[in-house]
Amino acid sequence: MRAVDDLYQEIILDHYKHPHGRGLREPYRAEAHHVNPTCGDEVTIRVDVADDRITDVSYEGVGCSISQASASVLHETMVGLPVIEALARHDAFAALMVGRGQVEPDEDVLGDAVAFAGVARYPARVKCALLSWMAFKDALARAAVPESNVGGTS
Amino acid sequence: MTATLPMYDVQAVRADFPILARQVNGAPLVYLDSAATSQKPRQVLDALREHYEQRNANVSRSVHALGTEATEAYEGARARVAAFIGAATAEEVVFTKNSTEAINLLAHAFSERSIDPRFRLGPGDEIVISEMEHHSNILPWQLLCERTGATLRWFGLTDDGRLDESDLDALVNERTKLVSLVHVSNILGTVNETARIVARAHQVGALVMLDASQSVPHLPVSVSELGVDFIAFTGHKMCGPTGIGALWGRYELLLAMPPFLGGGSMIETVTMQRSTYALPPMKFEAGTPPIAEAVGLGAAVDYLSAVGMEAIHQHEVDLAGYALGALATVPDLRVIGPQKTEGRGGTISFALGDIHPHDVGQILDNEGVEVRAGHHCARPVCARYGVPATTRASFYLYTTTDEIDAMVRALEKARKVFG
Repeated sequence: MRAVDDLYQEIILDHYKHPHGRGLREPYRAEAHHVNPTCGDEVTIRVDVADDRITDVSYEGVGCSISQASASVLHETMVGLPVIEALARHDAFAALMVGRGQVEPDEDVLGDAVAFAGVARYPARVKCALLSWMAFKDALARAAVPESNVGGTS
Repeated sequence: MTATLPMYDVQAVRADFPILARQVNGAPLVYLDSAATSQKPRQVLDALREHYEQRNANVSRSVHALGTEATEAYEGARARVAAFIGAATAEEVVFTKNSTEAINLLAHAFSERSIDPRFRLGPGDEIVISEMEHHSNILPWQLLCERTGATLRWFGLTDDGRLDESDLDALVNERTKLVSLVHVSNILGTVNETARIVARAHQVGALVMLDASQSVPHLPVSVSELGVDFIAFTGHKMCGPTGIGALWGRYELLLAMPPFLGGGSMIETVTMQRSTYALPPMKFEAGTPPIAEAVGLGAAVDYLSAVGMEAIHQHEVDLAGYALGALATVPDLRVIGPQKTEGRGGTISFALGDIHPHDVGQILDNEGVEVRAGHHCARPVCARYGVPATTRASFYLYTTTDEIDAMVRALEKARKVFG
């Protein structure tokens, strides 16, 4: 029998049951709202940036354990990172997720997000794991635009 | 019903479905997602193969022997489908790709410029649907109302998962041009009583369409007894192939409707200036149709008729009763929809505590139990009952009580993982 435990790693269940950094907070530089239309999962992500560093990632949403835990891990692993490293971590995570289990995860780049490696073998769940990460990338791109657009919503 | 049915032999039925012998994740397949698509019996698979091996040709355009045989097979399937739903003639059955296309076909018959007043629709006119609809019976009408300026209205739902008919006379009124309702809900399992609504609609001169996607496969349906004007249904939910469905309509209405897609086969004569059209159903079947799929659907209705639609319906009601009892033993499980077998079919949606349906579905899949998790293309229903999504088990003629027991055991595992 395929071990569903690869998918539901202890660390994922832990983030799901006890999410870190949940709730939308002020101040923030940009916000993005993403929806998974096939299942109705939704997430709103806010990003705050100062001196080229991620100073906060706050979020609110509804969804399955994978989508909720990945938002919690996103918060946990991104806050405090220089923007350039945050983008590298995002790209490594996205590559891991779409790699169908063929991409070797690099824990140094991914941090705790490495726990999601098993999700890549469940194609139907990849979008769940990526939902908040894609919203984060959108918000971060908006955070890079001039101050006049700060705080805009999607 | 006082007549006793012969003992339903579910094992004999299962022997006709090759896929039911396979394993999923190391466990025997427990397929509880027939509302999404049904499995196919060998008789349908054989009909498809035989068609391609023995009489493959295009239809309605060739004088050669293969063309004649293919046309006879295609039109023979139309006649069998028509008989299956109690249509007056085969010409009342228009083959489409699926229910969605059938409903869109009807929606495109309405316009502000329609010559026939029954299909003339503009500002001030109303179309009535319900909150229980699949998106395929919402979007075509929202789009039509955007095109014409007509108003979309809908029946609400009661707390126990039924249509709220309390404002029927106000909702369906002299401004109503069409009432389009789901016959059996794909998410709640509710079988809607349509007689009162049909009577009211016809009293005010409105047409009535039933989305019969979940009723034609599961219970005896007679369009003449229902007294409606149109029904839509799809082959793949009734043991047939994908890519074939049907719109049934009263013939004089089909005659009054404009064509839908333009192209080959739907014409009478064509000049560079203008064209005239073939009679229904050809008027609505532009281009090469899904020929083998229609033949497969013909084989599917033969198969269902041989088992007996009354027997299939009774089997599913029995399964629903068994499942409602079994699910009641699972702590924190809430059935969304009718709690009793009266007026419901064998589709049951539920919430398991706070566990997201995707997670429930994943744990069940690990045990070989295939259920659907999500909003089932019926988001307004989820919103009405305050859930983002549901887990749905849906039964068919091959489902057993052992499979329901396997689902209940797997639900206990889901509770352990996420508890």
